[in-house]
Amino acid sequence: MFEWGPIMLAMGILIFGVAGAAFLTWWERRLLGFWQDRYGPNRIGPFGVGQVVADMIKLLLKDDWVPPFADRMVFVFAPTAIVVAMMMGFAVVPFSPGIQIIDVNIGLLFFLGMTSLAVYSVLLGGLASNNKYALLGGLRSASQMVSYEVFMGLSLMGIVMMTGSFSLVEIVKAQENVWFCFSQALGLIVFVIAGIAESHRLPFDLPEAEHELTAGFHTEYGGMKFAMFMLGEYLGLMLISAMIVTLFFGGWMGPSLIIFEINWLPPVAWFTIKIIFVINFFVLLRAAIPRPRYDQLMSLGWKVMLPITLFNLVITGAVLLWLQEGGL
Amino acid sequence: MLSSLRTMWHIFKHLFQKAETVQYPEQMPYLAPRYRGRIVLTRDPDGEERCVACNLCAAACPVDCIALQKDTRDDGTWYPEFFRINFSRCIMCGMCEEACPTYAIQLTPDFEMCEYDRQNMVYEKEHLLIDGVGKYPDYNFYRVSGLQTATKDKGEAINEELPIDTKSLMP
Repeated sequence: MFEWGPIMLAMGILIFGVAGAAFLTWWERRLLGFWQDRYGPNRIGPFGVGQVVADMIKLLLKDDWVPPFADRMVFVFAPTAIVVAMMMGFAVVPFSPGIQIIDVNIGLLFFLGMTSLAVYSVLLGGLASNNKYALLGGLRSASQMVSYEVFMGLSLMGIVMMTGSFSLVEIVKAQENVWFCFSQALGLIVFVIAGIAESHRLPFDLPEAEHELTAGFHTEYGGMKFAMFMLGEYLGLMLISAMIVTLFFGGWMGPSLIIFEINWLPPVAWFTIKIIFVINFFVLLRAAIPRPRYDQLMSLGWKVMLPITLFNLVITGAVLLWLQEGGL
Repeated sequence: MLSSLRTMWHIFKHLFQKAETVQYPEQMPYLAPRYRGRIVLTRDPDGEERCVACNLCAAACPVDCIALQKDTRDDGTWYPEFFRINFSRCIMCGMCEEACPTYAIQLTPDFEMCEYDRQNMVYEKEHLLIDGVGKYPDYNFYRVSGLQTATKDKGEAINEELPIDTKSLMP
């Protein structure tokens, strides 16, 4: 296996991350189009891929404007925070054995920490804009992300208990026989929902609910600063998908490893295929599920998701203890 | 929860359905012959302008986009000295066509009249006037009207009887 230098790998992730996020904007619009019986962007280039370039040129050439009433320093800093935090999150993702920037023994906690940092971006962006819609969006996102943070972390504790480690490589290796999506199905459901809420993607994009808050926290943003928010959102989507694959769907391991014992695709390819599946699932969620009301979102979080998570934790612990005692 | 999954399945099935989109510039929509689009000024079968500059179209126009000036020919017939339609105001309602007594002004099935310069949306008479007869191939106003022109005298028009001699006692 070719060993990638961490710096080279970091550069690679940076480039692939940004390019992937740009590509995703087109892919998502195309998929949404198909699911809504239309085509989506299909004009520029083959299948409309050139739309990505056109959008990028448009965003780059736009006037880089800071509203006079905004808090200038924070206003400029906020969009970068989300991109940096999400990029940092990729540091611990094990793309395949050997292709990982750093394998820390608290990789899972590092990932959770980095996604939590993203809330600062949204909150500061909303505050610094000095605009009532932006402020409300920022407030909403803060409370949404903080409350979904709680059981996002807790939903993963079942996996940690079964693996006995916070290291993501260890977690992937522990799924050699059975993926955690079977044994931790409840955890998977909760993590997916919390992940959408955490990256504030469409069913839970209340921070930027167009119908009531104009554009929420990025009302006052335009040009590249807005593009940074979008980049952060898509990076977050990719990061969450990568984590779902790593934690619940066996990471880089293909099904062939279990059934045929023939490795007919490199591990990175399996990882990518799984990520694409999860991303498509997220887009499907966006196309299908209506946005809940804000109080529904909160009560879903605290009254349904949290009890499910705790129940899952108790069951997992009990079963583990029972197995430790000798099982049947 | 279950209804959400059901919704997702139904949406997913749309992946295999044909898109409703009409790929417009490549795939032109059918426009009916009476479609109300770009306005033209037609000529009668003899190749003369039909417009008699009566101003009824300008009066009927709800957005006041038509402007014209009457002038008189040597034989006493009227024609528009200039005829101007501002298509940036025109709403293609067809009121002018309904008001026109000579079938001169007509709407055509064409709506592709974009311009980069707003001033280019103002069409003058040379832009509006076409060489054809439009929707009424045989109609010639001066053949059916009682007006005396260079080519015909009173009572010589189609469906017209000779003028009654009011000074005579004969029926």
